[in-house]
Amino acid sequence: MSGGDAIPEFSKTKAGDGHDVSLTNLSAFASGPGIKSGTEVAAIAAVAVVIIGGIELALRLFHVPPYIMPPPSAIAYALFDEFPLIAPHLGYTLVELVAGFAIGAIIGLVMAAVITQFPFAEKIVAPYILLLVTTPMLALVPLLILRFGFGYTPRIIAVALAAGPMVMINAATGFRRVDSAKIALARSYGASTLQIFWKIRAPMALPMILVGLMIGAIFGLLTAVGAEMVGGGFGLGNRLTTYSSMIQMPQFFAVVLVLSALGILIYVLFFLIGKRWASWEA
Amino acid sequence: MNAGNATTPKLGVQAATKIYHTASGDLLALDRCSLDVPANEIVSIVGPSGCGKTTLLWSMSGLHRLTSGAILLDGREITGPHPDIGIVFQEANLLPWRNLDANIRFPFEIKGEKPDRAWIAHLLHRVGLDGFGGKFPRELSGGMQQRAAIVRALSLKPSVLLMDEPFGSLDSFTREEMNRLVEEIWLDTKTTIVFITHSIEEAIFLSDRVAVLSARPGRVAKEYRVPFPRPRSLEIMATKEVFDLTNTIKMDIVGDRVRPKTPDHHAAEIVRIRP
Repeated sequence: MSGGDAIPEFSKTKAGDGHDVSLTNLSAFASGPGIKSGTEVAAIAAVAVVIIGGIELALRLFHVPPYIMPPPSAIAYALFDEFPLIAPHLGYTLVELVAGFAIGAIIGLVMAAVITQFPFAEKIVAPYILLLVTTPMLALVPLLILRFGFGYTPRIIAVALAAGPMVMINAATGFRRVDSAKIALARSYGASTLQIFWKIRAPMALPMILVGLMIGAIFGLLTAVGAEMVGGGFGLGNRLTTYSSMIQMPQFFAVVLVLSALGILIYVLFFLIGKRWASWEA
Repeated sequence: MNAGNATTPKLGVQAATKIYHTASGDLLALDRCSLDVPANEIVSIVGPSGCGKTTLLWSMSGLHRLTSGAILLDGREITGPHPDIGIVFQEANLLPWRNLDANIRFPFEIKGEKPDRAWIAHLLHRVGLDGFGGKFPRELSGGMQQRAAIVRALSLKPSVLLMDEPFGSLDSFTREEMNRLVEEIWLDTKTTIVFITHSIEEAIFLSDRVAVLSARPGRVAKEYRVPFPRPRSLEIMATKEVFDLTNTIKMDIVGDRVRPKTPDHHAAEIVRIRP
């Protein structure tokens, strides 16, 4: 054991430099100038009105048929009018997303934590992880439907398969960020391996874990909607195919708006979590 | 605790040898290095960079196992981290995701003990960090971070404090301020301190003894007593005795490399000045 120590090193770059958290920077919102005054709010609103109004005007002026592109007012009306019909499907999609994401994220986190403890095992599984990350899990949905039918099951599995590897690969990057001085600090107080994991490694990995969770959730949403479009009679993806097959474009775009809102909600949620729990890595 | 025994050093390093097994081969960092640290003294260890100072300190703390040799605390061999030994690391080593209070609580969390609030409050006041408990490390200057690290190390009332180049990254004014703080704390507590530094001035200001380590593999080449009275004022530090001791130690560390042995080897020696 005496030879197992590493030469004490104190890297000049602090853990907070964060060049390795560039994939999806959680602070993308915060790094921009915050909205401060009423004039700024007014300007932002004015630009939105001009853009949306411009589109409305252009579509009406050039007599673009609604089945090619409905005007914003028609989309807004459809969203309002059809929402009671869309809402249950939003619920179905959320169930698939939350269940699949939870399963995928838990498996991904546990695997990342375990695998980074054993560098040799990590080398062996690395190519398969890469395969899981790069394969669009949507491609497996027809197979999953064949095996599990048109219910929730194939969709939840697809979401878990899409989210899990994303969570895992980012969390593993986080867990690999070992700071020998901080681990030595904990060891100097007699910390156990488990304590070092929970008190040093996990908090150090947290910013990367949050990045992984966010990417995983977005990928999960994509996969859920895609799976719904492949088969089965419910979910927002199914609404998209249904409305487009019936050329109900305002309703179609209303569903697209709901999906955008869901994506933004996921981003904001993780942004707020990051701000609360990982702001030390600004 | 048998610290009172005059013949037993508080902390003893006996023929410490440490070999690192690296990808590019074995590296002999310490070679039969021996050093006695008497109780209630400040001993500084100086030496050329890469001579194994930090390795020696990490071994003394029990964080590194020696390849051979022994570390004795109060005459008893230690083989791992010991509650009686506190460490102040390079660059403060605070946990950036914890605020100052939580950083100081950290050792107690690990040990599952209740923090001694009164003692911690006293220490925080002592180092001038009252009211900074809610601040995060990135909100504090380097000097303040290192003060917090000192509080963290002293919060467990260790009988030995090991300090690993604690002020190396601070500017020289902050550094002098911190040196003065360490001296004050020592005058209060008389904690045995081992202080690693590459600044000879810092070593002389703080220490009762200065041990000079040879270039790698590290070994104690010379030991000096520093007899100047405390607290060491600017006047004392400006005396010829201090100046002479500084130069003597400097010659120990760099002298062999700067002074050509014979004119014949002059060229070779010049090359060796900057390896």
